[in-house]
Amino acid sequence: MVVFEKPKALTDKVFHYCPGCTHGIIHRLVAEVIDELGIEGQTIGVAPVGCAVLAYDYFACDMIEAAHGRAPAIATGVKRSMPDKVVFTYQGDGDLASIGMCETVSTAARGENVTIIFVNNAIYGMTGGQMAPTSLIGQVTQTSPYGRDPKTQGYPIRVCELLATLDAPQYLERVTVNNVKNVRNAKKAIKKAFQNQIEGKGFSLVEVVSACPTNWGMTPQKALEWIDEKMLPQYPLGCYRDKDQEV
Amino acid sequence: MAKLTFKEELCKGCGLCVNACPKGLLALAQGRLNQKGHTPVELTRPEECVGCASCAIMCPDCVITVER
Amino acid sequence: MQEKTLMKGNEAIAEAAILAGCRHYFGYPITPQTEVAAYMAKKMPKIGGTFLQAESEIAAINMVYGVASTGKLAMTSSSSPGIALKAEGISYLAGADLPALIVNVQRGGPGLGGIQPSQSDYFLATRGPGHGDFHVLVLAPASVQEMADLTGKAFELAMKYRMPAMLLADGTMGQMMEPVVLPEPKEPAAQSPAWAAVGTECKRFHNVVNSLYLDPLTLEHTNFERFERYAAVERDETMWEEFLMEDAEICVVSCGITARVSRNAIVEARKRGIKVGMIRPITLWPFPKKPLQAAAEKVKSFLCVELNMGQMKEDVELAIRCKKPVDLCCRVGGMIPSPDEVLAKIIKANEQGG
Repeated sequence: MVVFEKPKALTDKVFHYCPGCTHGIIHRLVAEVIDELGIEGQTIGVAPVGCAVLAYDYFACDMIEAAHGRAPAIATGVKRSMPDKVVFTYQGDGDLASIGMCETVSTAARGENVTIIFVNNAIYGMTGGQMAPTSLIGQVTQTSPYGRDPKTQGYPIRVCELLATLDAPQYLERVTVNNVKNVRNAKKAIKKAFQNQIEGKGFSLVEVVSACPTNWGMTPQKALEWIDEKMLPQYPLGCYRDKDQEV
Repeated sequence: MAKLTFKEELCKGCGLCVNACPKGLLALAQGRLNQKGHTPVELTRPEECVGCASCAIMCPDCVITVER
Repeated sequence: MQEKTLMKGNEAIAEAAILAGCRHYFGYPITPQTEVAAYMAKKMPKIGGTFLQAESEIAAINMVYGVASTGKLAMTSSSSPGIALKAEGISYLAGADLPALIVNVQRGGPGLGGIQPSQSDYFLATRGPGHGDFHVLVLAPASVQEMADLTGKAFELAMKYRMPAMLLADGTMGQMMEPVVLPEPKEPAAQSPAWAAVGTECKRFHNVVNSLYLDPLTLEHTNFERFERYAAVERDETMWEEFLMEDAEICVVSCGITARVSRNAIVEARKRGIKVGMIRPITLWPFPKKPLQAAAEKVKSFLCVELNMGQMKEDVELAIRCKKPVDLCCRVGGMIPSPDEVLAKIIKANEQGG
């Protein structure tokens, strides 16, 4: 009996991601959730600009490619057009928290009934490793070659905490995928974020703290350890909003 | 009795599965490359694998199918 | 006789869009087009449509992109500075071959400019409002009736050719009130087009709405294919109106509010025995090159009357290959030339004789 295989909601296209890039794990988790909920035929995904720009080739559901940062606005249009369909965006940190922050906050503030998968790896990967809004203090990138200096480059943005100041969001959770247990938890959160939408509960966002071995300049294994050592102290895992749990 | 199948051509040799295996049964192949030029992963002692799927869960490239 | 309704130009656009079957409007307040949004805010919820005041012009155009991706009619409206913000989204719409309507009720610029009428976005509209090689359909109404009629026409052409359309009105058109015969209502299309991202229902391979082509040869092909469609649009959809052109020796070229001012000036000039007529482009892209070329064989000179520093004049000169002199009568910054100012230019052109 097959106990683990590639989910059906992924196409046969080979991921273009670098060796050890956790985008592949997160893609698979989203696809597993789509399979388990039996919603592939009713789902419309919105791909970002960034490393995951080609996500539209990988997910087997209908897909729309967005301009940089605009995925939540496009998802809003799709959902308003087809309220019975499941609409998700898949976005990186530059896309969601820098150029697209206005769309992110406003979509969350409206409580738009969509699901957002937010991949935070603290760097711009596709363009070759520049500073992201979520880059850590002291983090060396191509555009912070002496380490991110808060005096001139500001502080990293915690998206879940920021969105948790809003009334509307239904569900905000930060997870990571740096070990088997955490991958399992990440999947649970992603599944909940999709289920919320199906049940009409409103805006759900799962932030996945992710690794970029190539641009962090580490082996894939070391990058996963770096998540524990450096990323999670800045970005603590946990649920920042779950209206189901509120009395 | 568990069986692992590797879609070797998808493997990028990142080794995340190697570290994920609780029994240390996986290793990158010695002196062998796949078509893409990556060192693919191999199961060293198949008889000891219990099919926990930890390797497959950590694989970013859907290389591994697990049967039990 | 059909019933006439007295309406503001901006309201006529909104009502005509609804009658054309549009049920999705996304906008952001900006003078002088805010009445479109206000009208939609009142009407859409009552007919099961969407009115959404977006967080920005950029978000609004991307919401339009989202609805357009599902194969439905969607629109946004704004005025000049807001249209500049939408440029990114318009380019993506063009690149993904999506239909949509963008209404631009122009005001004076550049920068924040002013809030009085202008036609200074002529280049922005006709040269492609965004990065890359593309066109949008550009329709220029000259009456409240045309605000309504061309709104429906813009949707029809946008859907037929899978490209964005811009209704390029000036602030006067948006704010003036005139009697209108509203078009017959059309229901929103029941079926989505084959290319739309509406869910596969697990019955087909996934549709991808996209403008990214990393392979240069493929990207070149999509550009070539798009321009073949543009050629068909130029061939079949160019619209213009001729006024007293049969024996004209001077050809006025003007659109929108200045065409109306020019018309009065032409009538006055005719009384004085000056043989002057007008070609009024209704589509600015595609531009009515053929009637202008034909006119260039007959007339002595052209006179462009515009609310900008001569942007359309360049198109006229290109169309007639500079065969005849082209003069300019313009006011900018929210000013509008009076019929007397236009008449003076016509008299001058008549004296010079080309």
